[in-house]
Amino acid sequence: MNNDDSSAFIEVRCVGKTVTTRQGHLCLLDNINFTVEAGRSVAVLGASGSGKTTLLGLLAGLDDISHGDIMINGQSLSQLDEDGRALLRAHNIGFVFQNFQLLQHLTALENVMLPLELTGVKAARETAADLLARVGMTERSQHYPGQLSGGEQQRCAIARAFTMRPRLLIADEPTGNLDAETGMRIIDLLFKLNTEQGTTLIIATHDTALADRCERRLMLQAGQLVETSVA
Amino acid sequence: MPDSASPLNLVFIWQNAWRMLLRDWHAGELNILILGLLIAVTSITAVGFFTDRVERGINLQAAELIGADLAISSSRDDMQSYAQQASGHGFNTAHTISFRSVVLGPQVPQLVEVKAVSSHYPLRGQLRIADGAYQPDRTTREIPQRGELWLEPQLLQLLDIRMGDSISLGEKTFVVQQAISYEPDRGGDLFSVAPRVLMNIADLPATRLVQQGALVNFRLLVSGELNAIENFQQQLEPQLQTGQKILSIEDGRPELQTALNSARRFLALAAIISSLLAGVAIATVAIRFARRHLDTSAMLRCFGIPQRTIVQLFSMEMVFLSIIVSSLAFLPGYLTQLILSQILDQLLLTNLPAISFKPLIVGYATGIVMLVGFALPPLLALGDVPPLHVLRRHIIVKPSRNWYLYVSVVISMGILLQWQLNEPRMVLAVIVGMFATVIVLAAAAFILIAFLSRLGQHIAVSWRFGLVNIVRRYNSSVVQIVSFGLGIMILLLLSTVRSDLLNDWQRSLPVDAPNYFIINIQNDQLTGIKDYFAAQKVESIKLYPMVRARLVAINNIPVSTENYESERARHMLTREFNLSWAERPQLDNTIIAGNWWKKDDAGKHLLSLEKDLAKTLRISLGATVSFDINGKRNDFIVSNLRNVNWDSFNINFFTVVPPGVLETLPASWVTSVYLNVTQAASLSTLVRIFPNVTVVDINTIMQRVRSIIDRVILAVEFIFVFSLLAGLAVLYASILANQDQRRYESAVCRTLGARKSIILRALIIEFITLGALSGFLAGFAASTIALLLAEYVFNFSYHFDVAVVLYGMIAGILIVGIAGVSGTYKILRTPPMLTLRQGE
Repeated sequence: MNNDDSSAFIEVRCVGKTVTTRQGHLCLLDNINFTVEAGRSVAVLGASGSGKTTLLGLLAGLDDISHGDIMINGQSLSQLDEDGRALLRAHNIGFVFQNFQLLQHLTALENVMLPLELTGVKAARETAADLLARVGMTERSQHYPGQLSGGEQQRCAIARAFTMRPRLLIADEPTGNLDAETGMRIIDLLFKLNTEQGTTLIIATHDTALADRCERRLMLQAGQLVETSVA
Repeated sequence: MPDSASPLNLVFIWQNAWRMLLRDWHAGELNILILGLLIAVTSITAVGFFTDRVERGINLQAAELIGADLAISSSRDDMQSYAQQASGHGFNTAHTISFRSVVLGPQVPQLVEVKAVSSHYPLRGQLRIADGAYQPDRTTREIPQRGELWLEPQLLQLLDIRMGDSISLGEKTFVVQQAISYEPDRGGDLFSVAPRVLMNIADLPATRLVQQGALVNFRLLVSGELNAIENFQQQLEPQLQTGQKILSIEDGRPELQTALNSARRFLALAAIISSLLAGVAIATVAIRFARRHLDTSAMLRCFGIPQRTIVQLFSMEMVFLSIIVSSLAFLPGYLTQLILSQILDQLLLTNLPAISFKPLIVGYATGIVMLVGFALPPLLALGDVPPLHVLRRHIIVKPSRNWYLYVSVVISMGILLQWQLNEPRMVLAVIVGMFATVIVLAAAAFILIAFLSRLGQHIAVSWRFGLVNIVRRYNSSVVQIVSFGLGIMILLLLSTVRSDLLNDWQRSLPVDAPNYFIINIQNDQLTGIKDYFAAQKVESIKLYPMVRARLVAINNIPVSTENYESERARHMLTREFNLSWAERPQLDNTIIAGNWWKKDDAGKHLLSLEKDLAKTLRISLGATVSFDINGKRNDFIVSNLRNVNWDSFNINFFTVVPPGVLETLPASWVTSVYLNVTQAASLSTLVRIFPNVTVVDINTIMQRVRSIIDRVILAVEFIFVFSLLAGLAVLYASILANQDQRRYESAVCRTLGARKSIILRALIIEFITLGALSGFLAGFAASTIALLLAEYVFNFSYHFDVAVVLYGMIAGILIVGIAGVSGTYKILRTPPMLTLRQGE
């Protein structure tokens, strides 16, 4: 992997994350370095507590970096304030969570419409309905998350993540809460949309089958990047 | 796990509930609940203590109306055993003996009301005397010396005597020593009884006036520590014989009684509002607590704990918490009322009675009933959480079906409040009113939110998002608007409407209310009297006629004192009535039964009766009442009953007939005027010009009423501070109720790219809109409630004020907007990742 690739879409340089607890400082990530080119798919592997979710959170600008820097499409995250990072996310980054993170008081359609409404996109309803149709959820569009199965909720979350046609999609164990068959369908869907929209894909997973479908793999252990490999 | 019915199970529940309480406490889960409960229970306890002390203080003041804490009246001299019992308890005692007689002055005899008093009279309140008629007066602890008489000023006029002159009463001659200007236990109406004479009881035998069969009223006055007096009264009641009666403050002056009743109602209203609002705050916080414990409940089900045991565990945790918080709240509650009563010792009542345990018990019970009762319904719903919730966190938990519990809690609270306040109508009215308000607010909120949903997409993103949030959370928005609305409504009632009501009350006895009654004016003196006051620059005076009459029969059955046990009734039958005539009722009179006569009823023998008189003499609407007027019997049909506002100090009559009936009979006239000090000083001139005219000074009694009103307003203002706190607690609890949800939604939106400013603006718009809607509805509700309270509870006039609706909206926008945004602003500073990991 070329750490100095000037065409890299993502550049992670000497990134560390430390939190303060009652027992003292706790290092979650230490000196992480890697780059990802645009349109590539990368799997982040590692045991529970190895720092996968923390790394994904930092990549999406959802948390502050303790030291080092992350560049997304040439834009330094540490140079941006919270609103700047939000703007970057709004137009460039989609997120899919293990536990879906759908708003319970909104229908499936309204959940998908939400990012469009937040950025003032017109025809939000039509765009969201189209995306729901593409993930096979048209008939369930007026249902609330509590009335949907895990697979349906994740499809809805994926539709939401793709509404803004993000250049980077970050997925945190997207199949972790699903059975193998449903998980497989979700992965197919993710890669289908990834191909259609030319999105860069970063997926944290325990699932080796999913990791195998990615072009690159990063292995985290106790907050450190111990191995990078190309599939 | 032990069987649910076994004693072991009880130990299991106690131990585990206690553990859960400690862990929740340690984890900070109970902080908000404790805070809410503490505000609620502190306010209830403080209001309880304070109301009790102030009310007993007021009762103490009211006691002066009977000159004692307890008075026993008898038509015979048969109360020696009661006096001995009272002395045995260490109480102070005094005796009075009252009767009618005639005094012989140098020129004319005069009918008088004589009261012979023993030393220590009066036990409560103070006599005021002056060195001459209408001279500056002073208080005194003395009673007339042997051989002395103290007279009312008008008697000095009537007899045409001065201080130091001698007059005869019965077989003894006395020296007139002082003029009485205020006699606390005077009783009766102000100007229809004979002038009064005070003498030393030791002189009574020498007069030889109190003989067997004479109509004499003996009174034993008792004073002491209030609780002991109450016990003594209960002890005496079974011993009372025919003709004996325990007097209460209700037997005092009707003018003061009305003021005291209004005072009691204000205090009761403050206590009821505080308690119920605190309940709403607790219920709101408890729902949040229950929601945050869905996982715990589901986990317990997974561990095999039965549904019933889970409910028992959470309920027991609440019982423990309520006991601890109620105990903790006792101290701030007690200290708060102590500080307040220290202030009030200077400003309000000179000597507040010590606290009693009743408010403590009631406060404790109310606290526990409220905490457990309002918190229980959402906790019972926890028993319904399926174990599957552990796997699927968003599984829908059905709302509690235990709505009847809320109802039973409100009823229990009603009973406790009634026990403490003894105002059944008001407790019922406030509870029903609050229910009705909640329903009306909810219905109005539904309509307003439906209107919001039509605003469409053509507005800025923050506005759209803020408004859409309100519309999408339809049910929760309605609940928030209702609870915000309740809180704001109370704040409005307390700020604007309260002062309006209190001002109206104060205005009901304005500074320039008439302070002198001029009575016994003859027909040929009417013009002269009018001219005299015109010369004094007193605005046009209104003169009322009255004709003396004696009640002889009701429904053609001759009346007799033997037919009535009530002392008042017997007294009424022995005195003369003043029949007046009028085309219209006085402005402060309300017809409560029948109809006032029409113009063409002039000349008909109809009669309008004051309602309490009608009740005392058992006269109903349509009855035939016969009076002996000037030696001739006249029959009247009772055509209506009136409620008279005695504390207005206007001239009012118990009995009024239409015009055209009595005009040919010998009548005298009466008027009331407001005179300043200079004008009053020249009253002696009036009396010289019209020697038969009598002037009655009501300044002292008016000042007493006015001081009661002023003092009580001060007390009510203090007590309403707690209602205010309870109202703020409701607002705070309502904001907290949705905070977890807002925090989570904000994190999701920020993950999806929403800028902080958009979320902040959306939050501001959401809270401001909620505040404006709540404030708008609260303004309407507050004005309507004030209107109803003024009309039906306090008998004041109050006008619907549109400005209150505007104030409501402004208050709603400011309070809900600022509190809501500042309460949720910190969620914007929390990294979204942290919030998302914690989950919803």
